[in-house]
Amino acid sequence: MSTGTTKLDVVVSDVVPVNDLVTRFHFRRRDGELLPTFSGGAHVVVEMRDGERTRLNPYSLMGSPLDTREYTISVRRDDVGRGGSLFMHRSVKPGMEMVVSYPVNLFSLDLRAKKHLMLAGGIGITPFMAQTAQLAAEGGNFELHYTCRTASLGTYADVLRERYNRRIRLYHDDREERIELDRLLSTQPLGTHLYVCGPAGMIDWVRDRAAALGWPPETVHFEHFAAPQPGLPFDVTLAVSGKTIRVDEQQSLLEAIEAAGVDPPYLCRGGVCGQCETNVISSDGKFIHNDHWLSEEEHRSGCKIMPCVSRFEGRSLVLER
Amino acid sequence: MGITFRKETFRDDFTFKNSPEHIKRFPFPFHEDAYMYAVNIEPHVVGPKGSVLENLIDVDEHYVAEMQDRALVLAEDPLRCQSLPHMTLAGWDLLELLMEQQALGYPEHFTLTRDGDRWRWINRPLGIDDTFTFGDTSTLPYGPMEYITRQSQGDFCILDQRDGNLWMDAGMVTTQADWSLDFDIGMNFFEWHAPVPLAHEKGIFVRALKFLTNIQQGKPARRLNWTMTINPRLDTSPENYHKWGPDRATVTPENVGDKVHLRVELQSFWRLPRSNGIVFPIRCYLIKMDELVTQPKWARRLHRVIRDLPDELANYKGLTRYRLALVEWLAKLDDGSATSPGFGPD
Repeated sequence: MSTGTTKLDVVVSDVVPVNDLVTRFHFRRRDGELLPTFSGGAHVVVEMRDGERTRLNPYSLMGSPLDTREYTISVRRDDVGRGGSLFMHRSVKPGMEMVVSYPVNLFSLDLRAKKHLMLAGGIGITPFMAQTAQLAAEGGNFELHYTCRTASLGTYADVLRERYNRRIRLYHDDREERIELDRLLSTQPLGTHLYVCGPAGMIDWVRDRAAALGWPPETVHFEHFAAPQPGLPFDVTLAVSGKTIRVDEQQSLLEAIEAAGVDPPYLCRGGVCGQCETNVISSDGKFIHNDHWLSEEEHRSGCKIMPCVSRFEGRSLVLER
Repeated sequence: MGITFRKETFRDDFTFKNSPEHIKRFPFPFHEDAYMYAVNIEPHVVGPKGSVLENLIDVDEHYVAEMQDRALVLAEDPLRCQSLPHMTLAGWDLLELLMEQQALGYPEHFTLTRDGDRWRWINRPLGIDDTFTFGDTSTLPYGPMEYITRQSQGDFCILDQRDGNLWMDAGMVTTQADWSLDFDIGMNFFEWHAPVPLAHEKGIFVRALKFLTNIQQGKPARRLNWTMTINPRLDTSPENYHKWGPDRATVTPENVGDKVHLRVELQSFWRLPRSNGIVFPIRCYLIKMDELVTQPKWARRLHRVIRDLPDELANYKGLTRYRLALVEWLAKLDDGSATSPGFGPD
């Protein structure tokens, strides 16, 4: 894994269950030094060595950027996912040595904003934990609207309310509370920037309404936190390295390429940053594109694929790797 | 043992010179006998001892004189240093980077002590010993970017990253090759590169932007750029064109060796951690022809590069006026023998 970012050797300093679904993990540097400073919205890629398999999953840093003695991430257990979150929940214990990447920020605050309006859904709250801490320290103007399924699954809702009081608005699905989005978006002062992180449906909804209500696209920031989806196994030929590999049900195409000893560049591992974009030399079958990087036209062309999140079903696939 | 800082000037009597040891460490920018644009970016990692890459932020024998020249420029024209309101955090990022790197590379000259937010910075060559609170602008005599770049060789542009582009939103620019921060402030990457010939057609800026926006913390990158300057003048700004522009008409076959200088920029690119901006230090190195040709390989190669340079590039770099005189002068030092690959002298 020579590509991507510089690595940090860390030790798990604490594992804290937050609620039925979410557990928080704390990391410190093994050499006792401070960790690199980061900016609110940054993520790290956590390397999970699970027997024969290595998974690399991105998680937002949720601690205050002002405190670099430790990094903290929160992981929501996904019982039908590919097993990364289950590995974190079941196998990662305090004292365990792990490797994480340097922080990378693909969901940065626009520091020109007169006001930061944040919308979070579910575990999409994590980048806002760091961003609100950063803004609060500088006296920044922010307001966070947070939707969760139930009060008991409102991860960090209590912490946020205690820290920021009325700047935090909570909405619970089980009480049928909904963000009044149109009203919210039409009553903001000039110079407001909008940030949204949550399920894909929420992001699309917010972006659509913001566009309809005349928000300039450069004031609307969003982060998808979609993990690669499992799927049917498929075979791939890597033309440049002369290898034929099988992608397992629970493995991403990128992970299978890496397992074969080929290291494409990557940053986000979530179909957003564009680093691992790969040319398709030939194919006979159907692409399952899950990325947010390629255009619809590129998806239809069958000439490119983002191996971090996208899959393939069919007879043959030859990639330029 | 530390660096012996030279007493010299970059204006009026132009007493700037490189010592013989410094000539050998000059970052000669041509690895072959011809020059054309390329995206010549590589990782900014520590290089050989005795080279300008021995430390990632280089301090050399011209440090004190360059800082004095910068102070003179700023006294005449404060707009050479500008920072838009949202860039203060990036200024603190830069202050941390430059203090850390200078203290790391030159402990005999610079010392940084931190106790939480309470920092003490000792700069012996400039006689500075300041204690301040990191993040609190009121505890420094200038804003954080201006404070530290008055104590660091080279120009500095801080680029904000947003909307998939880079924006020139802060900088300290007093040693520039004919461009103006005051003109470019607030522009994006394509806007401020608009005047560069040929490179747009080659798609160079699209690729370069893609690379730069993906620069990661802890993984800086660098490239070399070059031009030529008549007299060892650091401040060749558009604002002062009336002072240096006419110099180009003063080159004669007799004074080429003393007046004509190769000007090399070591440009590096660093991700800033708190602001997620990019800082772009542009470090200028000057060498006069008489000094450069003490290395026969450089003399032969520079002759071939300047002789064969496309006219558009010669024009853009402002060489046209004295190019012929320079090529004739260098031709006498080129016996036509082969030059070894790579940058260094033989």
